[in-house]
Amino acid sequence: MDQANPFVSTPRRDIQAGLRDIAPVAVAALPIGLLFGAVAAAKGMTPLEVMLMSALVFAGGAQFAAIETWISPAPILTLAFATLLINARHVLMGASLTPKVRMSRVQTLLAYFFLTDEAWALSERRALERPVTGAYWFAMAVVLWANWTLSSTIGAILGSFLGDPERIGADFAFTALFIGLVAGFGKSRVTLVTVAASAAVAALVHYFIGAPWHVASGALAGIAAAYLAAPEEARS
Amino acid sequence: MTLDTTTLIAILAMAVVTYFTRIAGLFVADRLVLTGRAKAAFDAIPPAVLVAVIAPTALTTGWAEAIAAAITAVAAFRLPLLGTVAVGVVAVVVLRNLI
Repeated sequence: MDQANPFVSTPRRDIQAGLRDIAPVAVAALPIGLLFGAVAAAKGMTPLEVMLMSALVFAGGAQFAAIETWISPAPILTLAFATLLINARHVLMGASLTPKVRMSRVQTLLAYFFLTDEAWALSERRALERPVTGAYWFAMAVVLWANWTLSSTIGAILGSFLGDPERIGADFAFTALFIGLVAGFGKSRVTLVTVAASAAVAALVHYFIGAPWHVASGALAGIAAAYLAAPEEARS
Repeated sequence: MTLDTTTLIAILAMAVVTYFTRIAGLFVADRLVLTGRAKAAFDAIPPAVLVAVIAPTALTTGWAEAIAAAITAVAAFRLPLLGTVAVGVVAVVVLRNLI
């Protein structure tokens, strides 16, 4: 290893870093994918339909929301609108990440097909130290995409054989994973205020109004709280 | 293995909408030069979105989930990601059996 130059970025090293960072996420996402496939099969989707949805949509939150309200024939416009609401956060994530990625415009357009909460959060964390390269991004993206597509398809095939996911706590893996990712952003005063405001508003909106409105409203509350909590004369 | 036409159209519609949200930020970012409070607000997007997604599960599902979320948060500052997930899952299973 090149001990004298630990910050030099090579594709090989970036791929290794991407695989290392995404490994725990892929492990945590495995039961979620199995769960999604099993639930979708129970709602009447075939394994082929589950595989296509996971491969093309590749967005767990939107897919779970779609399956939650799944009827046959599928209500296309309702599903598209719910998907737009849940995934609107991607716009903010892409805008935040774009100045930090070291890829051409065409590469980025391809790369962002694989934009997920997890890949984005890990990239934001990495961007605190160095730019996000294509090698790092695609190493994470391909693993997570294959993992999600395969696990949900297997879940659909196995269907009801999996048993109750709550019994083994698999349903909580997603929550625990996100808590771990949030902790990576530190505990500065502004971050703590952001987390508190977002959590409170999202929980209240979900309780009194319902999904998927809690995501957008909680996120906006957290962002507004950060704006107010930051010192007025702060320089970037 | 069968594929319903309406289901296929619904999946394609979801896919197109999702891809649109994924690349839209790319075109907005070009016009964003931020300093001061606006930059603080923009930097807060990651934790704000992540917390909003999980807040209902963590806070309003039940005591077992709420306490497990608190234990997970404590672990998150001391353990790597996979360890944090393990602590959270074990905590919620134990608490659901106790409460």
